[in-house]
Amino acid sequence: MRTKRIKGIKFGLLSPTEIRRMSAAKIITADTYGEDGFPIEMGLVNQRIGVIDPGLRCKTCGGRMGECPGHFGHIELAAPVIHVGYAKLIYRMLSATCRKCGRVLLEEKEKKRFLAEIERQKEKQADVGDVVKQVFKEAVKNAVCMYCGEHQKVIKYDKPTTYIEIDEEEKKRRLMPTDVRERLERIPDEDIALFGMDPKSARPEWMVLTVLPVPPVTARPSITLESGQRSEDDLTHKLVDIIRINQRFMENRDAGAPQLIIEDLWELLQYHVSTYFNNEIPGLPPARHRSGRPLKTMEQRLKGKEGRFRGSLSGKRVNFSARTVISPDPDIDIDEVGVPEEIAKELTITVNVTERNLESMRETVRRGKRHPGANYVRRADGKKVKITEINYGMLADELDIGWKVERHLRDGDIVLFNRQPSLHRVSIMAHRVRVMPGKTFRLNPTVCPPYNADYDGDEMNLHVLQTEEARAEARILMAVERNIISPRFGRPIIGGIHDYITGLFLLTWGEKKFEREEVLALLRKIDIDDLGKPAEAPYWTGKQIFSMILPKGLNLQFRGRINDVIIREGELISGVIDEAAIGSFKGIIIDRIFRQYGEKAAKKFINDASRLAINYILHAGFSFGISDEDIPKEGEEQIREEAVREAEHKVEELIRAYEAEELEALPGRTLEETLELLIMQELGRARDEAGDIAERYLGIENAAVLMAKSGARGSMLNLTQMAACVGQQSVRGERIRRGYQGRTLPHFKSGDLSADAHGFVRASFKDGLSPTEYFFHAVGGREALVDTAVRTSQSGYFQRRLINALQDLEVKNDGTVRETRDTIVQFKYGEDSVDPSKGEYGKVVDIDEIIREATGAEVGA
Amino acid sequence: MKKGKILEHELVPKHEIMEESEVKELLDTYKIKKEQIPKIKISDAVIKEIKAEVGDVVKITRQSRIAGKYISYRLVTE
Repeated sequence: MRTKRIKGIKFGLLSPTEIRRMSAAKIITADTYGEDGFPIEMGLVNQRIGVIDPGLRCKTCGGRMGECPGHFGHIELAAPVIHVGYAKLIYRMLSATCRKCGRVLLEEKEKKRFLAEIERQKEKQADVGDVVKQVFKEAVKNAVCMYCGEHQKVIKYDKPTTYIEIDEEEKKRRLMPTDVRERLERIPDEDIALFGMDPKSARPEWMVLTVLPVPPVTARPSITLESGQRSEDDLTHKLVDIIRINQRFMENRDAGAPQLIIEDLWELLQYHVSTYFNNEIPGLPPARHRSGRPLKTMEQRLKGKEGRFRGSLSGKRVNFSARTVISPDPDIDIDEVGVPEEIAKELTITVNVTERNLESMRETVRRGKRHPGANYVRRADGKKVKITEINYGMLADELDIGWKVERHLRDGDIVLFNRQPSLHRVSIMAHRVRVMPGKTFRLNPTVCPPYNADYDGDEMNLHVLQTEEARAEARILMAVERNIISPRFGRPIIGGIHDYITGLFLLTWGEKKFEREEVLALLRKIDIDDLGKPAEAPYWTGKQIFSMILPKGLNLQFRGRINDVIIREGELISGVIDEAAIGSFKGIIIDRIFRQYGEKAAKKFINDASRLAINYILHAGFSFGISDEDIPKEGEEQIREEAVREAEHKVEELIRAYEAEELEALPGRTLEETLELLIMQELGRARDEAGDIAERYLGIENAAVLMAKSGARGSMLNLTQMAACVGQQSVRGERIRRGYQGRTLPHFKSGDLSADAHGFVRASFKDGLSPTEYFFHAVGGREALVDTAVRTSQSGYFQRRLINALQDLEVKNDGTVRETRDTIVQFKYGEDSVDPSKGEYGKVVDIDEIIREATGAEVGA
Repeated sequence: MKKGKILEHELVPKHEIMEESEVKELLDTYKIKKEQIPKIKISDAVIKEIKAEVGDVVKITRQSRIAGKYISYRLVTE
């Protein structure tokens, strides 16, 4: 078959002639199946417009079910009806044209001008909508036709499908669809271009339907229920309604029924045809099923998230995928994923049997349904055979070159792992399979940050790649170790979190000493064969142990969160390992190893670091409890007296000064604002001070302090709130003022400006909050909750729009950014042609570092 | 703002109308046609100020936070 190129797509309206021409059958009976159980002739489930019953043949094309794509039929409407989708446009066209001669109510000169403008817009491939709008706007202004002199009447559009003409004496006359159609017919072809339409493919009168196309049955298949009863598609139901009314209309008209009855039936026909197109028209009650469920008609099929476009075309369901809950496993590599055996037995990879794998594939088939086995084989002739308890031995013997085996997922297979929402490219990465017992996917906690995953019930998806090309591509582009450095900010996005940071922090903090046995135990899961000389024989230090996992010859110096870290020749000389060193998002050591030694070394380092960290934290023990929030008596006293009471005194003092009118307003603020500001400052200071006091009594040996300082989890503010004082609660950056007139709660006097009455929480979480404090905290908490909810939805939508706008841009080989038509968007990608994940933090190269490397001397020192 | 003053404003980058030869060179470097250059409207305040005409190509040199100096070209259109 010759391949053809699509040159263009043109949209237009179906003309009645065209509807009849493409119709394979005229439908006149509302019934579907006859008593014999076969589709009846001239019915809605017609054998000439498609087959959905197995065994039957299409009477139009002779195809069986699945071969015949279906053919359209048609219904001859007894009277014309308005197409709801075009009702608004019909109204505009009626208003813009002469009621007698049908010409657009514009001077010849103006028409020329508009036509030229439309032509120009089309040439630019721009939207003609604005110009057309202008045409309508100008045309309605003319009350007298400049061609035939007819006085125009005002036309009122009564939603959804009624048009009323009002003359000067306020007399109203309804325009029936027949009148409307006649008027639209009168519009000359040359004037239609003014509406931005092409008269050859869209005559306005085609918007008033005289013939209704009936979609093929394949587009509205009926389903047979278990009881053997047939249940028709919603569209079929709607078409049945239309045909019934259509027939009644004809019968009544032929019998010479009174005008009133005819009009009622006409209205009913209009209703059915309208709801056939769209069952959610404002002002029309939706057509319902017998059960009361609204019918899903044309527009409902296409529209919205589950509609044809977003649901069926942009989003498809796929095979070879699995989804389950995730849980952590620090013992597997960062680029591995633990797959439950149950899932591994369901997901398959098709392998071509060749000379070289014949024996191993025989072995696989012989295992049958037991794990590293297979589910199906496909013979050389293409016949697919299921492997069962009975035939596996036979199939294994029979297996030959040219066959295909659908084998189970095994250790080492490449799969894609994904967590929604897939906001950036590292939301989908390629992992190596590791089949495990259990029912959850296992992943190393260091890869949680790119997926933004945690283990509170998150589920993730897994996709098995089916072709060699796909596997190669995934390995090259999507492997976890390829994505350690984020393309967004050029720093590692994969790295230690929580306990990993705490573990290495504890290991390298101070001068810890380890005996040989301890060192071996810590390095048990890590591939190290030289322990080196113990620094303080017979003891190794923690820093020495950490150094063992560093690449040989690494030189690095940076400022950590606690102190300066110096690494010389792969030895940690001084400094303690914290979040800045190995954490995700920062991870300077990981970053350096990645750039200097490559992705394999970086992967190995993260693997080793995570095992060492977990081993050490298990060895040392680490816990946090209520007692870690305990502050000695004198500390509590100090917080109460020095911090809180003093601040409250100052606040009282401020209020007194304000009431005595001694307070001076700050520039640009009212007196009240000044007072609020000063009070806020004072109370803020009170909490900070309380935190400082608490910190003095809680040293680094305190678990919470250690976590906060090392960057593992939490902050000093969190600890302050738990141990010392929760502090001022706020709504929109101000103290809490809402509630009753002049006061927040009935517990306070009206006009009370004190700290207590406006949301200052003097207690700590450990002490427990008083009822009023609890309430204020809830008020502040609600705001935070609402903010995050609003923020996520808004930024999500914004991102969607951005992606839609930018998705087709491409960086070309000459460094320009271009869109699909090859027009330039940016002459230099990012204005500096630097890929953030390859450059050095905004610069193309880090010259200082290169000089340091080469000369060994500090730059500028 | 008074006419003629906008070119001196610090937020207005330098716009220059390019010579025919310069334009040709630009089109050759990127192997493009004139229409593939980003557009700027004739009604743009700076374009009016420097009296560029439809079909002219302007060279815009501006300070960039990322690259220091960034040069862009725009085709003047209706």
